[in-house]
Amino acid sequence: MITREQVDHVAHLARLALSDEERERMTSQLNKILEAAGKLQKLDTTDVPPTAFAVPIQNVFRPDEVRESLPRDLVLANAPDPERGFFRVPRIMEEE
Amino acid sequence: MSRYETVIGLEVHAELLTESKLFCGCSTEFGAEPNTHCCPVCLGLPGVLPVLNRKALDYAIKAALALNAEIASYSKFDRKNYFYPDLPKAYQISQYDLPLAKKGWLELKVDGQPRRIGITRIHLEEEAGKSVHSGESIIGSEFSLEDYNRVGIPLIEIVSEPDLRSPAEAHQYLERLKAVLQYAGVSDCKMEEGSLRCDANISLRPVGQAEFGVKVEIKNMNSFRAVLRALEYEVARQTELLDSGTAIVQETRAWDEGRGITVSMRGKEEAHDYRYFPEPDLPPVVIDREWVERLRSELPELPGPRADRFVSQYGLPAYDADLLTSSRRLADWFEAAVQEYHDAKAVSNWVMGDLLRLLKAEEKELDELPLTPGHLGEMLKLIDDGTISGKIAKTVFEEMFHTGKRAADVVKEKGLVQISDEAELARIVETVIAANPKSVADFRGGKEAALGYLVGQVMKETRGRANPGLVNQLLRDRLSRQ
Ligand SMILES: [Zn+2]
Repeated sequence: MITREQVDHVAHLARLALSDEERERMTSQLNKILEAAGKLQKLDTTDVPPTAFAVPIQNVFRPDEVRESLPRDLVLANAPDPERGFFRVPRIMEEE
Repeated sequence: MSRYETVIGLEVHAELLTESKLFCGCSTEFGAEPNTHCCPVCLGLPGVLPVLNRKALDYAIKAALALNAEIASYSKFDRKNYFYPDLPKAYQISQYDLPLAKKGWLELKVDGQPRRIGITRIHLEEEAGKSVHSGESIIGSEFSLEDYNRVGIPLIEIVSEPDLRSPAEAHQYLERLKAVLQYAGVSDCKMEEGSLRCDANISLRPVGQAEFGVKVEIKNMNSFRAVLRALEYEVARQTELLDSGTAIVQETRAWDEGRGITVSMRGKEEAHDYRYFPEPDLPPVVIDREWVERLRSELPELPGPRADRFVSQYGLPAYDADLLTSSRRLADWFEAAVQEYHDAKAVSNWVMGDLLRLLKAEEKELDELPLTPGHLGEMLKLIDDGTISGKIAKTVFEEMFHTGKRAADVVKEKGLVQISDEAELARIVETVIAANPKSVADFRGGKEAALGYLVGQVMKETRGRANPGLVNQLLRDRLSRQ
């Protein structure tokens, strides 16, 4: 069971501000998802090695070659508030 | 003796010397215009696919081998999730539970004895961007400016065991780690350009106690000296707290270079919940023995073994050998000079003395100099055959350092040939004796030091060109007569 506190924690980590109604809805939805995953937990996987990858490939590399980067106007095209070629963002508060 | 034992572990990040980034083809060149080395992959735009740079992987393996670590046969990448404006994807591609290498070590010399510092793990990850504060003053600034050129440059993270027992050992560990990575040719380790960075964990415990004390993490140290100072400060701060019976708080503290203190970064450690999970876009890496051995065979002789060889092959003191091998370039220069001149200790003295002093004063690198090992060899031969004195050689060396002229030419041009002509020197000795009756009387009265003064006066008269041995002898002879 996922609790409302856990939903709050994850929402905070994801920088999401949930309303009370959303919080309720997310809690019940996440529980349904976990329930579904719980069915898989019932399978006997004693002899199945864990894997993080669905496709059996390994060692995919590229050579160390410089390719052209994007023109800066395109890099900044989605920036809401560019300044002198930088992305301008609200200042991070360094706690002291 | 302190009643506490200091326990330090270091976490070092070193940028790898590749041309392109870890997962895309953007250039890693330092100092470009902001946001000109960015592409959809390193900006974290949707729908892109990162592909691992083979050379970065080779370099990371080489670094691990140079640090005596065990290379994993199977390794994978993970996403480390957190929000920070210098991280456009809101996750960093790093390695969590299956790092590239584990269980290495680096050897230090403590009180002349070798001491191995354990290395827990070495893994590959990508750099974050650089934040610049906007506005006139940092205090008043409401915004940060983000430059993503650095995002995605390959890094290795090297985590040591808590084996270091003093700030000085931590400093030495960094010096030696830097030397090893430079020798291996995988990182330039320029702390001032941020290509080498270091965080520290430090705790104190009563001498004899087995379990560790409460540890404090220190960040924001921008030079080796800053690491030393920050750790020394922290030893003093924690000692004072423990002495007064106050508990140490487990926290992260930032080094404030200007004030020379560490300050608490409270709140930062709350929820270090990175929710690591395997990076689905990067297939795992499988490394076989053959690959590892090929990379091992490409490593040069490393600083530790090279220093040992300098002692056994050239008969140098351990101090000289350590200093000369602290950089590969310096060690190469020394060995080239020894090819030109038979006395390794004499070469070592000049390299450690005048050469390093001038390099430091002029803020130059060895490979920028017109001076070659051959220059030094020729000059030393001129001292041996009596053409110049050891003192004049300093002038000659400095001139060669700046101009690249050969020693013999400098001596000729500047009229620096040593005066070994007895008659000429005897004349000058007479003048000096006549002009300094007090020193003469002192010497005859038994004050040996007075002789040194008189020798100095002869040197002054000849602008340092007099053969010092001969001057000594002439003065003694002359003064023993009445
Ligand atoms: Zn890129």
